[in-house]
Amino acid sequence: MENAIELRHITKTFGKKVTANKDVSLEVRKGEILSLLGENGSGKTTLMNMIAGIYYPDEGEILVNGQPAEIRSPKDAFDLGIAMIHQHFKLVDVFTAVENIALGLEKGQKYDLKEIRKKAGEICRKYHFDLNLDQKIYEMSVSQKQTLEIVKALFRGADILILDEPTAVLTPQETEKLFDVLRNMRKDNKSVVLITHKLREVMEISNRVAILRKGEYVGTVETKDATESLLTEMMVGQKVELNIRRSTPENPLKRLEIRNLSVTSREGIKVLDNISFDVYSGEILGIAGISGNGQKELLEAVAGLQTVEEGGSIKYYPEGRGGAMQLLGMTPRKIRDAGIHLSFVPEDRLGMGLVGSMGMTDNMMLKSYDSGKSFLTDRKGPRELAEKVKEELGVVTPGINTPVSRLSGGNVQKVLVGREIAANPVVLMTAYAVRGLDINTSYTIYNLLNEQKERGVAVIYVGEDLDVLLDLCDRILVLCGGKENGVLDGRAATKEQVGLLMTNLKKGGGEA
Amino acid sequence: MSQARTEVREPLVRIVKRDGAPLRSKVLVRVIAILLALVIDAIFIYSVTGLNPLSVYQVMFGGTFGNGVRFSWAMRDLVTLLCIGIALAPAFKMRFWNIGAEGQVLMGGLATALVMVACGNTLPTPVLFLVMFVTSIAAGAVWGFVPAYFRAKWGTNETLFTLMMNYVATSIVACIVNILRGQASSLGKLNMGTQAGWFPAFLGQRYNINILVVAILTVLMFLYLKYSKHGYEISVVGESENTARYAGINVKWVRIRTMLISGAVCGLAGFLIVAGRDQTISTNTAGGQGFTAIIVAWLAKFNTFYMALISFLLIFLSRGASEIASAYSLNDYASDIITGVILFCILGSEFFINFRLIFRGKRQKEVK
Amino acid sequence: MENLIAWILRAIPFGTIIMFGAMGETMTEKSGNLNLGVPGIMYLGGFAGFASAYFYETATPDPVPALCILIALTACIAASMLGGLIFSFLTITLRANQNVTGLALTIFGKGVANFFGVMILDGATYSAVPSTYAAFSAKLPGVTQTFGVFGRLVLNYGFLVYAAVLLAVILHLFLKKTRTGLNLRAVGENPGTADAAGVRVIRYKYPATCIGAGISGIGGLYYVLDYSQGIWATTSQIEALGWLAVALVIFTTWKPLNAIWGAYLFGMLYWLYMFLPDVLGIHVASYMTDLIQMVPYVVTILVLIVASFRKKKENQPPASLGLSYFREER
Repeated sequence: MENAIELRHITKTFGKKVTANKDVSLEVRKGEILSLLGENGSGKTTLMNMIAGIYYPDEGEILVNGQPAEIRSPKDAFDLGIAMIHQHFKLVDVFTAVENIALGLEKGQKYDLKEIRKKAGEICRKYHFDLNLDQKIYEMSVSQKQTLEIVKALFRGADILILDEPTAVLTPQETEKLFDVLRNMRKDNKSVVLITHKLREVMEISNRVAILRKGEYVGTVETKDATESLLTEMMVGQKVELNIRRSTPENPLKRLEIRNLSVTSREGIKVLDNISFDVYSGEILGIAGISGNGQKELLEAVAGLQTVEEGGSIKYYPEGRGGAMQLLGMTPRKIRDAGIHLSFVPEDRLGMGLVGSMGMTDNMMLKSYDSGKSFLTDRKGPRELAEKVKEELGVVTPGINTPVSRLSGGNVQKVLVGREIAANPVVLMTAYAVRGLDINTSYTIYNLLNEQKERGVAVIYVGEDLDVLLDLCDRILVLCGGKENGVLDGRAATKEQVGLLMTNLKKGGGEA
Repeated sequence: MSQARTEVREPLVRIVKRDGAPLRSKVLVRVIAILLALVIDAIFIYSVTGLNPLSVYQVMFGGTFGNGVRFSWAMRDLVTLLCIGIALAPAFKMRFWNIGAEGQVLMGGLATALVMVACGNTLPTPVLFLVMFVTSIAAGAVWGFVPAYFRAKWGTNETLFTLMMNYVATSIVACIVNILRGQASSLGKLNMGTQAGWFPAFLGQRYNINILVVAILTVLMFLYLKYSKHGYEISVVGESENTARYAGINVKWVRIRTMLISGAVCGLAGFLIVAGRDQTISTNTAGGQGFTAIIVAWLAKFNTFYMALISFLLIFLSRGASEIASAYSLNDYASDIITGVILFCILGSEFFINFRLIFRGKRQKEVK
Repeated sequence: MENLIAWILRAIPFGTIIMFGAMGETMTEKSGNLNLGVPGIMYLGGFAGFASAYFYETATPDPVPALCILIALTACIAASMLGGLIFSFLTITLRANQNVTGLALTIFGKGVANFFGVMILDGATYSAVPSTYAAFSAKLPGVTQTFGVFGRLVLNYGFLVYAAVLLAVILHLFLKKTRTGLNLRAVGENPGTADAAGVRVIRYKYPATCIGAGISGIGGLYYVLDYSQGIWATTSQIEALGWLAVALVIFTTWKPLNAIWGAYLFGMLYWLYMFLPDVLGIHVASYMTDLIQMVPYVVTILVLIVASFRKKKENQPPASLGLSYFREER
C-alpha cells in the first residue's frame, strides 16, 4: 500500500527545555485509519500540527504522497490535501454552514453560495452526513459543528484528514456516527489519523495504532494483533521509581462525602456523571483520568464555582465535633464565612488562582482581603506572608510587588500553592499542580503536599503523570468519561491497571 | 508556541507583546510622543499662520503661566476635567466602559440647579448645600446605575448604552432650561439676587472651592482604589472574572456598586461646575469634558495623580491655544486640533510600551 | 394630510444625513472596529466639501454644477477617509484602544472643521456656496405637478437622498452576497477563524474602516451643502448628528437595509415636536420640544436592551467589535 504521509526523524522543541517530539518516524497509508495513541503531553498533537502547517519541525522531513513537502502554513497543508480538525472549531458563529464553507475560498472560483451548497450537499450525501447546510453555527450541536469541519475539509479536497480527539465532546451515539463517516472515507481511499487515548475506539475503528510516549515514537501495531493491555503497556511504559516520600495515613477521618454528583456542560454533555466518593484526612487522594474527563468540574463543584444537577450532595465534616455541612449551593464566600478551610489550587493558575497584574503581596490576600471590619485592606499580614512564602519556597522574583505574571511558571505555582497552604486547609484540592514545572519545583510541591497530609489535611491531587500518582497518592480514583471507573490503592496498583481504567469504561462503571 | 512558526518565514518586523516595560522607557516613549505632537502642531501652526512656532509656543505658555489670574483659570478648568477623570477611574479599572460621563455630569448639574431654584430661598445655606450635594450625587449615580444594571442582568453592551444616555440627559437638561428661562432669551445665572447656592468666594474665587474639593478627591480616589477592599475587588474583577469568582467576589454587585460610585462622582462634578463655576445650567455644562476625561482616565491607567498631570497637559494646551487665538486673531478651535494631535501621538505611543518590535536578523537573541 | 406631507418632507432629508453616517459606521463596525469618531468624520467631510466648493466658487465667476458636485464630493470623501486612516493606523497597526481613539478623532475633526471654518467665515456669521447648493439640491423639474403627492414625497429631493437609499441596498448586497462581504463579516465576528481560513485580517479592516469613514463623511457633506442650504456656520449640530448616526447603527442592528426606514423614522421622531399639534392633535408646551428629541436615543436604548435580553445572535454587535486583533494571542 502506498504511503500518504511519511515522517522521517522529526524532532521539535519548544524553547530549550521542552522536547515535544524526538526523532519520530512513522507513516500513514492511503485508505487507512491510523490511531495515534498516547498520554497527555506525549506529543501527539504537536506532531500532527507539523503536518497541518501550524508548526514547522526543527529536524527531519515530511513526505506527502512520496514527495518531500514543505508545509509552512495551514494553506500549504490544504494545497497538499491535508486537513486537520482541531479540538476548538474554527467556525464563525452567526454564519450558516454554507457561509462557513465559503469563507476564505480561493479568489479564482466564482462566488456562488448556491453552487457551494450544491457541492457540499453532494459531499454530505456521499458520506451520509446529517447536516443542514443552511443552519447557523450557534444553533448546531458540537457534533454537527464537527461534522461541518469535516465537510469543510472534504470540500477543499482533503485526502488526508487528521482529527484531534474528536470523540472527547461527543455522546456515544454521535461517536458511532462519526466512525461510520470515517469508515466511508477509508472506503474512498482517503487517509484518516485519529488522535486519541481511548482504547476502545482504537480497537474498534483503526487499522493500525501508532504509539507515542513522552515525545518519542514507541511503535506501530496492527490493530488485529493488538490487545488493550499491550497498547496500555506501550502507552504508559515501564514504571519509573520517583522516590517520592510517602508516609502511612494516620487516623483517617472522613472530611468530604460526595454523593451522586452530576454536571452537564453548556453544550449538553454530561461532564460528571453520578460521582460518589469520600475523602479522608491524612491521606492524598489521587484523581487520575485523561484530562477533560470531569476533573475540573469536580473540583470546582466542591469549591462552589460550578452549578451541579439536582440530587447531588457534597458534605463536609469539620474537624472536632460539629456536624456535617452541605457545601452544595454555597458560594466560595459563604464557604469561607462558614469557617470551612478549603484550599484550592486550580488548573488555570493566572486565569483563576492568581491575579497576574498584581504582586505577591496582593495575591496573598485574594481570598482573605475582606477579613475584618475595616473599610481598608490590611496588607501587613499578606506582606509578611508573601515574604514567608518567598523565603520558604524559594520563589525567584525581583520583589514581592512584582506582578506575578512576570514570574516563571514554577514560581507562579509556588506563590499559588504557598498561599493555599498558608490558609491552614482542612481540605486541599490541587489540579495539575506540577504541570509544566521542572523536576526540582515538582519535588518541592510533592513535599509540600506530603507535609500537609502528615498534618492531617485531606489532600486531593488531580494529576496526569501516572508515575507520580502511583508514588504520591494513597488512593487513586480513576475518572473515565465523567464516570467514576474505580478506586485503587496507590501502593498496590500498577501503571497498566490505572491506564486501563483511564481509557476503558468498565461495564456498568461506577462500582468502586 | 508562536516562536516556532517564525523560524520559518521570518517577516521583516515581528510584533511581540511585552510584559511591562521598565519605567524609564515608559517615560521616554511618552516624552517622545509629546515632543512629536508639538513638532506636528508647530508645523501646523506655521503652515496656517506663517508665524514662528517657537514664539507661538511662548505665547501659548503664557496662556497658563502668564499671570496669576490665568493660572487660576487654568486650575479651574483642570479640576473640572480631573474630577470627571477621577469619576471614571474606578469604572475603567474594572474594564467597564463608561462613555456616559457627559450625561452623568449633566444630571448632577441639573439636580444642583433645580435645588438652587426650588429651595434657594427657603433653606438655610448649610442645609441648602447639603441638599444640593446629595441630590447631585444621587442624580449622577442613577445615570450610572441604569446601564450597569442592564449589563449585570443581561450583559447589555455598556459602551453603547452609556453613550446613548448622554443624549437623553442633554435633552432633559435642554427641556428644563427652557422651562427655567421662561420668556428670557437665555438662562442667566441662577438666583442672581440672593446668590443662594453659589459657592462663597474662597481665597478670592468661588471656584477655589472646586479646586480644593477635587484635590481632596484626587487623594481619596487614589486611596480608595489602592487601599480599600472595594478597590481591591475592582482590580480583581477588571483583571479576570474567573479569578474574582474564585476569590468569592460578587461580580455583578461590584459592577453595579462601582458604577454607582462612578456616576456619583460625575454628579459631584456637575455640582461643582454649577455651584462653583457657572452658577447656571445649560446643555454645555459638561462641555465635552466628559469625553475628554475618558481619554485622560485611559491614558493615566487609572492613577489619579497621573490624571492630574495629563489633565494639566491638556488644559495647558487648550488655554495656550486660546491665547494664540486672541494674540494672532485666530480662533479657539485651534485648541481642539492641538489636543487631538497630542492625543493621537500619546495613544499611538502606547504601542511601543505594550509591544516590542523584533526586526529580522535579531531573532537568535530573542527566541529562547 | 398636508401636515403629514410636510412632516415627511422634513424627515427624509434629516434621515439622509444620519443614514450616510450610520451606513459608514456599519461598514466599519462589520470589520470589528468601533469608531466613535463618526461625529468628527462628519465634520471633516462636511467641511472639506464646503471649503472646496467655496474656493471653486470664489475662483470662477460661473461655476459649473457638475464640477461643484465633483469637487465637493471628492474633497469630502478624501478628508473623511483621511480621518478613517488615522483611526485605522492607530487602532489596527498600533492597536490603540478604539473607544479612546474614536473620541480623540471626534475632538480633532470638530476642531479642524471649525478652526478652518472660522477662517473662511472671516468675521461673518455664515458663509455660503449658492451654486453648489443649487447643484446638490437640484430636483427633477415638474415632478410635483406631474406626479402629485407621490412626486412631492418621493421625487422631490437632491440626488444624495436617492444615493443614500441606493448605497444601503448596495451595502446590503455587498455584505450578504459577495465573497469580500462574507470575509469582512467573518473578520468582524471572529478574526482568528478568518485568519485561519486564509483571510488577511488587516487587509479587510483597513479598507472597511476607511471606506466606512468616507461614507460617513458624505452625511456631513449632505448636511452642509443640501440640508443647510450650502451655508457654513460654526455649529455643534454636526456632532449631535454624528452620535445619532451611531445610535442608528445600533437601532438597525447592523443591517444596512434597516437604515433606510430607521433613518426616516429617526427623522420623523426628530421633527415630531413640530407636527404633534397639527398631525396628531396633541398639544404640548414649547419647552417639551427638546424632550421629544430624545426619543430616538431612548428607542435605541430599548433596542439595545431588548437585543441583549433576547440574545438573538443576528441582532448582536459583531462579536469582536472594539477588540484589536493580535495574531500571536491565539
